[in-house]
Amino acid sequence: MLGLYLHRDSPVHRLGAGVKMGGLLAATLLVLALPGAVGALAAGLLGLVALWLAKLPLGRVLRELRAPVLMLGLLFGVQALVAGTGWADTLAAVARFAALILLATLVTLTTKVAAMVDLFERVFAILRPLGVNPAKLALMLALTIRFIPLLAEQVREVRMAQQARGVERSIAALFVPLLVKILRLADDLTAALEARGYDPTDDARPDVRPNDAVGPNDKEAQPPC
Amino acid sequence: MLTTRDLVLSALFAALVAGLGMAPPIPLGFLPVPITAQSLGVMLAGALLGAKRGGLALLLFVLLVAAGLPLLAGGRGGIGVILGPSGGFILAFPVGAFVTGLLAERFATGANPLRLFAVCVAGGILAVYAGGIPWLSVVAGMPLEKAVTAMLAFIPGDLIKAGVAAAAAAAVRRAGVLPTAHA
Repeated sequence: MLGLYLHRDSPVHRLGAGVKMGGLLAATLLVLALPGAVGALAAGLLGLVALWLAKLPLGRVLRELRAPVLMLGLLFGVQALVAGTGWADTLAAVARFAALILLATLVTLTTKVAAMVDLFERVFAILRPLGVNPAKLALMLALTIRFIPLLAEQVREVRMAQQARGVERSIAALFVPLLVKILRLADDLTAALEARGYDPTDDARPDVRPNDAVGPNDKEAQPPC
Repeated sequence: MLTTRDLVLSALFAALVAGLGMAPPIPLGFLPVPITAQSLGVMLAGALLGAKRGGLALLLFVLLVAAGLPLLAGGRGGIGVILGPSGGFILAFPVGAFVTGLLAERFATGANPLRLFAVCVAGGILAVYAGGIPWLSVVAGMPLEKAVTAMLAFIPGDLIKAGVAAAAAAAVRRAGVLPTAHA
């Protein structure tokens, strides 16, 4: 499973996922609390420094930023031209979020998916008194990562079968066989998990550890470039 | 208490939503915009799995998107997307699936497509928009009523998706492969 992570040997990459996510949360709160574009400028500067430190290729970062920034620009343009009211406020709002999106994108590009999932597990462990079971959550995340290529393949297969029968425009012909396949698959997978000794009533960390279930894919998640 | 089957079903539907994002959009003869099926997954998960498992499935999906997997349609992902203009809609996916499931468990337990359609509209459209529109309004510095107006353009496409989800859910229920809520 390929993440958006881009490997580089940099201090930004070496920072822990928790530090980066905590920093992003703090930056978001600060930028939203500060009036006007002060926070946006500060966050934008921080983003540029982090970008330089992280040694990421500029083109790749811009590619990630293109869609949200274009959409923000479009929304701003429509409002400034059509509504014509309070465009300075709108510009400040758009600038704030453009800066935050830059920071968030840098966090994503410099943090491995596995490190992020570990962080989620630690955060959910805090919710244990509320009945949240972090071990189950970790298992489900690992299962989902494993199932994604499987399901993408199933979608492709069913669509190829549709084309062969000339019913590619029939939505029912896509979803009904796909859903029936998935629900049947659930039986086999449940049996497979339990056959490997997984006990849902056991609150300890399951035997099927996330890293085993994910297999070698996760470790090789770094793109070669 | 989640059984092994619940875990597997939630993970499978989370992966289904991701798989739907990777598939090329489905062309519909009469609409200029092809349907990207991802928000359809919200309605299907809620209608077929129920509130708890459906909401959980979409929570898994959103967590993996936030963790940096490019699972949204067009290969997008990461926290940047969540902080962006459409982030509220993505964060509202689990709520939408949960609401769809909750209503389906109460009002649409059979294979009646009309009831399922109403449930999909309430959970998959209303609940998701209720999260997405205020967020859009804040991120884009847009007055709330303008954000609502802007989103009206997406309603026809979403109604079609609710129709598709309802028809598919009804057919699957008739096929009798559905896991019962307390399996």
